[in-house]
Amino acid sequence: MERLVFLLSTGLARGAVLALFALSLVIVYRAARAVNFAQAAMAVVPVYVALAVTSAGGSFWLGLAVALAVGALLGAVVERGLLRLVPQETPLPGIIVAVGLVMVLQAGLAMVFGPDHRPVHAPFSQRPFDVGGVSVLSPYDLFVLVVAAVVMGGLALLFSRTSLGLRLRAAAFAPETSRLLGVRVPRMVTLGWMLSSATAALAALLLVPTGLGLDPHAADVLFVNAFAAAVVGGLDSPVGALVAGLAVGVLVTLVTGYASAAAAPLAVLVLLTAVLLVRPHGLFATREARTA
Amino acid sequence: MSTATTSPATSPAAIPATRLLLRAGLLTLLALGGTFLLDPYRNYQLATAAGIFAAVAGLTLLVGLTGQLSLGHAVLMAAGGYGYALTATRVADALAGSGAADGVAGLLLPLLAGVVGALVASGALGVLLGLAAARLRGPYLAGLTLALVIALPSVAGTVPALAGAQGVSAPFVPVPDALAALIAVEQWHAWLAILLTSCAVTPLVALRSGRAGLRMRAVHDDETAARLAGIDPGRVKAGAFVASALAAGLGGAVLAVVTQQVSPGAYGLGFSLLLVVAAVVGGLGSLGGAAVGAVLVTLLPWLVDQATGALPADLGHRLQGNLEIALFGVVVIVVMVLRPGGLARLVRGRSRNTSLSTNTER
Repeated sequence: MERLVFLLSTGLARGAVLALFALSLVIVYRAARAVNFAQAAMAVVPVYVALAVTSAGGSFWLGLAVALAVGALLGAVVERGLLRLVPQETPLPGIIVAVGLVMVLQAGLAMVFGPDHRPVHAPFSQRPFDVGGVSVLSPYDLFVLVVAAVVMGGLALLFSRTSLGLRLRAAAFAPETSRLLGVRVPRMVTLGWMLSSATAALAALLLVPTGLGLDPHAADVLFVNAFAAAVVGGLDSPVGALVAGLAVGVLVTLVTGYASAAAAPLAVLVLLTAVLLVRPHGLFATREARTA
Repeated sequence: MSTATTSPATSPAAIPATRLLLRAGLLTLLALGGTFLLDPYRNYQLATAAGIFAAVAGLTLLVGLTGQLSLGHAVLMAAGGYGYALTATRVADALAGSGAADGVAGLLLPLLAGVVGALVASGALGVLLGLAAARLRGPYLAGLTLALVIALPSVAGTVPALAGAQGVSAPFVPVPDALAALIAVEQWHAWLAILLTSCAVTPLVALRSGRAGLRMRAVHDDETAARLAGIDPGRVKAGAFVASALAAGLGGAVLAVVTQQVSPGAYGLGFSLLLVVAAVVGGLGSLGGAAVGAVLVTLLPWLVDQATGALPADLGHRLQGNLEIALFGVVVIVVMVLRPGGLARLVRGRSRNTSLSTNTER
């Protein structure tokens, strides 16, 4: 029972990171109708930069801010400099370009920083609190949950309550009409990419201290898990990404805790296959939204 | 690549069966003869490239003709490799037990049984994925196959027969006594690789130029129109995936024969992406391009290793295994942006352009 409580609470913290990353996939899918298969590699680059800032004497917070800025910049560069150059009618060219980008970024990072794992220290203790004899979340887990909640709340406000959010949504759902009404659709697409890759960078930054350390492939499994979560939630639905991200995080932690760490990717694969075969439009999205 | 598949240059007329077999036989003989010109290490590389070619041919057919992208063809190769290794080992042990391990039968039976095992294993996985492929489009299939690659080490660790990260070994196929005086073992393995690969690729050529290829193009270009013409898109997509999986499985069997080892580490995400690179660089949908792409992804890493070996140790260590990946990444991006048809389009494009210019002059 104590173990279950511990695993559930840890799972929620892992799930929050997953939900953030899944949300980043949803944002870019809504903006550009594409899944960004380079999201993992693009998210790791800002983490390397943040680590360089922190180890050069900057605080964790400065590193975090730099990571967000670099993430957003990278998103803009990739969208304007690469993906806009290939045809958008079918998803295939974009995915293949993303595959090439993954290879360039990951091999480039390994060449510049060396292929080894770099240990990354969390800004808060990772020792769990003790509540009535049951160990639950650690201070760092709490920090992750709070950051994830703040960012998601902020994004929700941005999309639903601001004029910019309205333009972003309009450009995504009715590009031609919004163009006629004066929305600069290409700029909105780029903004979507920037928001998305900054969110992904944040998720990767939060993930790294809980894992083995930082290496160019540090976010690969996070991408697969978050893709599964985004598909389960319906690629179009931010709420779906949030709920499914938390659920997948708990699932992975439970499987890791009760079976083995090796079984976790299998569980995610089974979940993804089952959802794609039974309900390919996800559990939260409407069917029409998916055909685009 | 809808533009590539609708162009008349890439939709060849059906090739008559006899001409097809003749051409395949001729190319195979040419390749077999070519092995005499190579030293043992080159023959080993040739055998590896042949195995990769089989898988890339399947992948390029799948992507080029039906527009479905699989990022997990390495897993289908691994399935073929495991199927080959487990079956061939069983049969070899059974033959040794009954004392019939000598002679040509003792040599060929494990090999043939292993190939059947490879086809069964990769075909079964191909059917499962094909069922998914029939219902999914675009990013979903790519994501599913990506999850499959990531999960391969877990599968190998969970199923006892696959022996975890260490992998299983495949029986060594010695040179037959009749040929022992003539060729070295590397050349013999290259022969086996060429024969198996031609068995994998020839059906794909027939498929591509025949009715099945036409159906795939029809489904890719306009699913609704294809449905109106009485074509079941789900069946066509699933069929294409299975054909592609069988070719990849044979490729995996080739690598198992050559390396005598199948382990999950050899079929990771990096290798899977290399297969995509080979297909893209060669030109999606082009089998000849797949051959060039397969040779490229076999030789370039070796060339880069040779070049970085001369550098100082620290720099060489950083570049090793990474420089070629970065190069491949750049090449893929450049090809997709500038020449989406790949090498095949480059060669064919020139003749097309001249015919176009004569049209405008008229």
